[in-house]
Amino acid sequence: MQRGLDSETKKQLEEEEKKIISEEHWYLDLPELKEKESFIIEEQSFLLCEDLLYGRMSFRGFNPEVEKLMLQMNAKNKAEEEEEDETVEVDVSDEEMARRYETLVGTIGKKFAKKRDRANYEEDENGNMKPIKMKKMFLKPQD
Amino acid sequence: MRNRKRNWIPEMGTAAPEMAETLPVASESPAGCKARAARNVLGQVVLPGEELLLPEQEETDGVGVAGERPLRLNAGMRSRLRVVCGPGLRRCGDRLLVTKCGRLRHKESGSGSSGGIYWVDSQQKRYVPVKGDHVIGIVTAKSGDIFKVDVGGSEPASLSYLAFEGATKRNRPNVQVGDLIYGQFVVANKDMEPEMVCIDSCGRANGMGVIGQDGLLFKVTLGLIRKLLAPDCEIIQEVGKLYPLEIVFGMNGRIWVKAKTIQQTLILANILEACEHMTTEQRKQIFARLAES
Repeated sequence: MQRGLDSETKKQLEEEEKKIISEEHWYLDLPELKEKESFIIEEQSFLLCEDLLYGRMSFRGFNPEVEKLMLQMNAKNKAEEEEEDETVEVDVSDEEMARRYETLVGTIGKKFAKKRDRANYEEDENGNMKPIKMKKMFLKPQD
Repeated sequence: MRNRKRNWIPEMGTAAPEMAETLPVASESPAGCKARAARNVLGQVVLPGEELLLPEQEETDGVGVAGERPLRLNAGMRSRLRVVCGPGLRRCGDRLLVTKCGRLRHKESGSGSSGGIYWVDSQQKRYVPVKGDHVIGIVTAKSGDIFKVDVGGSEPASLSYLAFEGATKRNRPNVQVGDLIYGQFVVANKDMEPEMVCIDSCGRANGMGVIGQDGLLFKVTLGLIRKLLAPDCEIIQEVGKLYPLEIVFGMNGRIWVKAKTIQQTLILANILEACEHMTTEQRKQIFARLAES
């Protein structure tokens, strides 16, 4: 004699219970409202509409701080409008920089060279520093 | 009797939600007049209650009237530009509804993605606080940690004592009742009391704060302030050549002026008040006379 229910009948009973529970749940019976994405934005400020100048003004040096502010704020407005492509102004061109570096290596190297090696630097006086010659090392006699 | 009542109800245009999918016909608004295209009305006077169509819609409406519908792959979706409706306009479904009378203006935005901004150039004396506006206020009360500042709106704005440059709990700003304050709004809507501050988002004053001693404060219309603050305003350029002076413009219609003598200050105030109603020649005559004396 079987006590309890079969697994199948158990499953069926569970399913029926679930159905009853889900039917009892409340839901809104409304039609699907389609949300229209609004492409219109409302703004109440005049600042976006018209480019207005800064509100504080001073003329003929009456208030120097305000005059400085005027330049600053009005320049800021203009800078935001105009997209300026600023190229970094170089004082020294790249070629000249390379040339200077070439000579620089020699002059600074001379500072740290010993007295005997300084002679190697003075050989070529065209303006280019020759590379350091091979140091005189001890040569082992070959018998 | 019943028939008469039925006939009296004006015919409404397409309003049912079923029409959301299909192209709307050029309909009559309840006001009885046809909606015009915003593009055609630029620079003309518009009255409250008018509806304006945006450029994308007038094409479809025109097609609807003709009775032909071109085949579109995505009939329901429309690729639109983002349009900003400024002061004097409201959003009404897909259209713009005019709420103030004046001339319709349009400005193309710098970035091409948005369709620009439309607004109505109207005239009024009464100021309504708007977020971001720089205004001149008068301190009316000092209660605890905040000052009550009268800006000409429906209620006084609140200004915290910490909203000044370099102000800390121990280092309080030197503000008395009756002082003039130049500040901007951070909160300004119809549901809440407006709040203003005297520093910008970085914490710097940028010219805001207590306006100095002496000088004269007077009130003008809001349209005049915008006219005087326009980048190419001749009035301000001519005024600046007369004598050394200082002016502060508040978007709430208040102007504060100061010059070296009281007489010069009064002359300046009179010019600014009167220049709203003068023609260019009258103004030039007056300036010429002043320059002589």
